[in-house]
Parts: sequence; C-alpha cells; structure tokens
Amino acid sequence: MIQRVVGSNPTFDPMNLKIIELLIFTVINCLIVTVLLGLSSVFSQKNPSSEKLAAYECGFEPFSDARKNFDIHFYVVAILFIIFDIEIVFLVPWVLTLSATGLFGFYIIMFFLFLFLLGFIYEWKSGIIDWVWYS
Amino acid sequence: MTFFNFEIQNWNLYKNILCTILLILNNIVPLLICIAFFTVAERKILASLQRRFGPNRVGYWGLLQAFADGFKLINKEIILPTKSNVYLYFFAPMLALFLSFFSWGFIPLSSTSLFFNDEYNTLIILAISSLNVYTIIIAGWASNSKYSFLGGLRSSAQMISYEVSISICLVPVFLNSNSLNLSEIVNSQINGWFFWPLLPVAVIFFISIIAETNRAPFDLPEAEAELVAGFNLEYSSIVFAFFFLGEYGNILLMSTFFTILFLGGWWPLFDWLTLSPIFWISIKTLFCCFLFILIRGSLPRYRYDQLMYIGWKTFLPVSLSFLFFYVTIFFLFNALKTDFYNFEDFYNLCLNQNLINSQIDINLNELYSIKNIIKYFF
Repeated sequence: MIQRVVGSNPTFDPMNLKIIELLIFTVINCLIVTVLLGLSSVFSQKNPSSEKLAAYECGFEPFSDARKNFDIHFYVVAILFIIFDIEIVFLVPWVLTLSATGLFGFYIIMFFLFLFLLGFIYEWKSGIIDWVWYS
Repeated sequence: MTFFNFEIQNWNLYKNILCTILLILNNIVPLLICIAFFTVAERKILASLQRRFGPNRVGYWGLLQAFADGFKLINKEIILPTKSNVYLYFFAPMLALFLSFFSWGFIPLSSTSLFFNDEYNTLIILAISSLNVYTIIIAGWASNSKYSFLGGLRSSAQMISYEVSISICLVPVFLNSNSLNLSEIVNSQINGWFFWPLLPVAVIFFISIIAETNRAPFDLPEAEAELVAGFNLEYSSIVFAFFFLGEYGNILLMSTFFTILFLGGWWPLFDWLTLSPIFWISIKTLFCCFLFILIRGSLPRYRYDQLMYIGWKTFLPVSLSFLFFYVTIFFLFNALKTDFYNFEDFYNLCLNQNLINSQIDINLNELYSIKNIIKYFF
C-alpha cells in the first residue's frame, strides 16, 4: 500500500542542513562538468583558422567590436524587476504568518500595495514597458 | 581499520562520505540519462506532429540517437572566437550545467528520497533558477559577437520579467500549504490537487515556466530568423552541449516543480492502483514535458513587445490580484491554519516551542560544523 503519512512537521533542525553533504554535492557537480570539458578538449579535433575563429557576422569579417551601446529598455526592465522582487520578499513571510498577524497584517500589506500600485500606474503610463511606440 | 599499512582514523566519517557520494551519483546519472532520452522524445514527438519519422537509425527506433549526438559533440572542435574573453566564455556554460544539476538536489521525488530536506526548499530552487540569468548574460557578453550579445540581452530581460510572475504564483501555494517545504506542500495536497482550486494561478505558472526556460513560443533568444542562434551562437562542441543539457535539465526540473506544486506530487491518480510514489510523480512530470513539446510543435513564436506586454501588463497584475482573492477567501471562511490569533499568542507559542531562542543555537551549530569541515578536510 502507498504510505499516506501526513504531518511529518519539519521543525527547523540545524543538523538537517547537512553542510558537509552540500559541500560534497557542489564539488562532485563541479568535477563532472570539468571532466566533461577535459574529455572533450583531449579528444576533439584541433584545426583552427583565422576565419573560423572570427565572430560570426553573416559571412563577413566582423566590422567592429560587439560591445556597444544598447537599448535603455533592458536596463529599466532590470530595475523594475528589483522593485517587484522586493515586493515578493515582503509577501512570502506575510502569507506564512497570516494566521498570526490577521486582519492587521492584511491592512498593512494592502496599504503597501496601494503605494506600490501608484508606482505601477506611473510606470504603465510612462510607457516604459511598451517596447513599440505607436504614434 | 588498516589499509596497506595506512591507519584510517574515523572510518565512520569516510563511510558516510562514500555513501553521500553514491547518493549524489544516484541523483545525477539518472538525470543525465533522462535528459538524453528527453531530447530523443522531443525530436520524435515533433516529427510525428509534422508527419515525419524523426530519428530512426541509431539503436531501435532511434532510441540511442542522443548518445550518438553526445559522442559526436565531444569529438567536435571547440571554437574559441579571437576577441572573446576566454575564462568567461568557458565559465558560462559550465555554470549553466552546474546550476541545473545543483537544483535537482532539493527536489523530493517521494516522501523518503529527498537529498537535502530543509524548510526552505522552494526558496532555494527559486534562487538557483534565478542564477540562470547570469549564464546567459555572461555567455552573450563574453563571446563578443553582435548576435549573441543581442540574444543574451533579450533573453535575460525575458527571464527576469517572467521570474516575477513565477514567484507571485508561488505565494498562493504557500498560503494553502502553510509551508515552504516541498514535501510538506505535497503532503498538504492529500485531499486534492492544488491545480483545481488554484487553476488560474497554475495556468499562469505553467506559461511563465515555459517563458523562463526559453522555450517556444517564447524562444526569442533562439529566434533563428533574426538572431541566428541567440546567446549560444559562438559556442560549439561540448560547450554548446553544456547549454543544451542545462536547458533540458531545467525543463525537466520546472515540470517536476509544477507537478509538486500543483499536480499533487506523488499522490496516486487512482486509489485502486497500488504503484510506487516515484511512478506517479514521473507519470505526471512526463505529461508536463509532453505539454512543453506539444506547445512547441503547435504554436507560432511571439513578438518581443508582445512577450513583454504579457509578462508585465497581464500576468503580473492578474496573479497579484488572484493572490489577494485567495487571501480574502481564507479570511472569509476562517480557513487559516491556526493555533493562535494575535501577535502575543504567536510570540508565546514561539517562546514555548523554543523557536526564538533556537535562533542563537542555529548559528552556534553552523559555526561548529564549519569548524568540523575545516578539521576533516585540511
């Protein structure tokens, strides 16, 4: 029969962290990756030429360095991500202790989200998220 | 215990370490085989969607195709572009494979087979999956090619923006299960999957994990028509295989994550069938993987502005409002799992169960164990 054991109740046990095992786990993972790379570098063909090693640019020699200016949008998206991530950092512990904080905590988070909503509306209206401007 | 005149002290420790190494290999080797067969399955399913045969030469029905591809990739030349940053160029794919292996240590496949069982499984998996952005942006920058640079930028922005909706979709699950531990989350689904009560959240989560793993219809970084191959354009041979393995490992990981969170994990589909829990979780995971491939085979690619529009203007507000919908329902029906109703009771409960004082003990124990590590290894 399938075991249906409910409520093992994992209280926080510091010895359960298994730091040595975690260390071994990381080391073995690193080892597997490096061994695969080493195997390939031993067995692979080596036949380089200057045109083969040039960066791909539709058959031409690369015109210029690739590290140039890029669209500010990507940067703004990263900033937005940080703001929303902080919001999640607040939401997760709030949800887990909801029974303790009760309606008081609910109203506080609601106030927080109201402030957040103002920012979101500003961000929406300023057209940061629109990647194409229809004018 | 002596071994060739060499006295082995604390034999038990070495035995434990050997056991953990075997356990880890027991975790990783099946994963590699699983990824190999998953790639074959994808090619076969895509082929049958387009009325082709797919690979059918190597082994029976082309089953060994993935291994043949692997050996071929190992034999191919590693091309290092002249203007690239050598260390970062090799670091990115290695990190990609490492991360996809590493996060599998925290996934429970049954109530007993969890390698690292701690309270914050879900948060650790989220953290590791968010590190995947670095592999893509490092790969795109280090190979110093215009196409890979653009592909890296695009794909990192995409992964970042869908990560927000993924983590917001997780919060209702935490609310329902009242825990961050994955096996606890599965245990709390004993009376029914979270998929049906949390249906809109589950659907948003599934679409977001497709976008997070850079799969079609959200495979903008690999848009062949515009960006040739995206961030891994300059990669060849085993270094490309690292990205490939990492991506498919992430797909498997995310579909397992989805089954654990929403599809009831290892609880059986039918009560009258007595099979092992591993069987049930793998059946559900296989179904999710099949959905991934089916969606890839049947839907056209999104435009980039549409992708960003869905991520920020649809999924984010909708998932956030559904979270508050569920919270208000919990308040309305008094469904919160409680032994306490205010701050004071909560504090007293913590004091009684030594939760507050134990914080100090945790730090001490950590220090103690780090000391142990230094003592044993150096």
